[in-house]
Amino acid sequence: MIVQVAQAGTLESSDCLVTVSPAPGLELEWRGPSASLFAGRNRSLVETVLAEKGLEGAKIIVQDQGALEVTLRARIGTALDRARKGANR
Amino acid sequence: MRAILRSMLYIPGNSPSMIQQAPVFGADSVLLDLEDAVALSEKDAARDLVAAFLKTLDFGGQVVTVRLNGADTPYFEDDLRAVIPCRPDAVRLPKCSSPQDVRSCDALMTELERKNGLEPGTVKLHAMIETARGLSNVQAIADCCPRVTALTLGGQDLTADMGVRKTREGTELFTARCLVALAARAAGIAAFDTVWSDVNDNEGLLEETRTVIGLGFTGKAAIHPGQVAWIHRAFIPEPGEVTKARRIVEAAEAAEARGKGVIAVDGKMVDAPIVTRARHTLEMARLAEEVL
Repeated sequence: MIVQVAQAGTLESSDCLVTVSPAPGLELEWRGPSASLFAGRNRSLVETVLAEKGLEGAKIIVQDQGALEVTLRARIGTALDRARKGANR
Repeated sequence: MRAILRSMLYIPGNSPSMIQQAPVFGADSVLLDLEDAVALSEKDAARDLVAAFLKTLDFGGQVVTVRLNGADTPYFEDDLRAVIPCRPDAVRLPKCSSPQDVRSCDALMTELERKNGLEPGTVKLHAMIETARGLSNVQAIADCCPRVTALTLGGQDLTADMGVRKTREGTELFTARCLVALAARAAGIAAFDTVWSDVNDNEGLLEETRTVIGLGFTGKAAIHPGQVAWIHRAFIPEPGEVTKARRIVEAAEAAEARGKGVIAVDGKMVDAPIVTRARHTLEMARLAEEVL
């Protein structure tokens, strides 16, 4: 469960900055050149990471600076882990 | 995987642009760094990123090592739990000060390897010698566990621990270098020298690399991609050495084919260690001709 706002990544080239906050379902905002070019992939990638983390919803903003898919996955995962820290405390 | 590692390039573990380019910098091995190159607030992000790249990126035959955070930090176990399932070639254990440090790390690595269906010992361990205590225990560290396949000297931390200044000449590291190289050679494992920190002084890097090769080191760490070619250059044998080595190896192979054990080259008796060294010289010459 997402309990707080969290970020992961940077605005450097080949990276991305992911911001996550609580939301009942998936709200995705993708910023950057790949937003429309890979819209389908982007959404499916976020859904996959959410499922891997056992989460159903979150508001996720991705500022994509030309990151590879492997980087996107890692940064989204880190942001989600940070956002749910303290959920079970 | 390469057998001879002349260079080991540090790659910051939280930099995707550097990690994704790691295979093109030409280093024999890369070291994905979770320790000093990563801010405390980004340890989790770097760990996730390094693990993701280890699972995905084709490093093109480079040896891939991960430098962990120290065993005395709250990040150490999480680092191992994230990295071992991704099966890097080795992990580097910083501030290794006693055989017990190695054994503790080995025990956790073995547990994680079993849990992830890997043969125990699959991931090797490079022990980083960078404390006065570690240096005084260096041979015991090298010998204590078959998982240890390299010793690496950490010059910055060692000089800090010794309370001395690190100089361009490196006099303060002379004893440490001799001890690390000797221990590694006695254990039959690799020895990596510390980094040359002035990225604008490549002539100094070349000179220092030649010096440490002369002391018995098998490779040297690089902190900038531009240093890799200079390190490799220090390993290139002189043309005369290559010619002589070729004659020795040819004579040895001819003698072996005739069932003779002892050979003479240019009127001098040549024994097995000289043939071994000649083969090493030819391998270094071959590596020098390799183009990416």
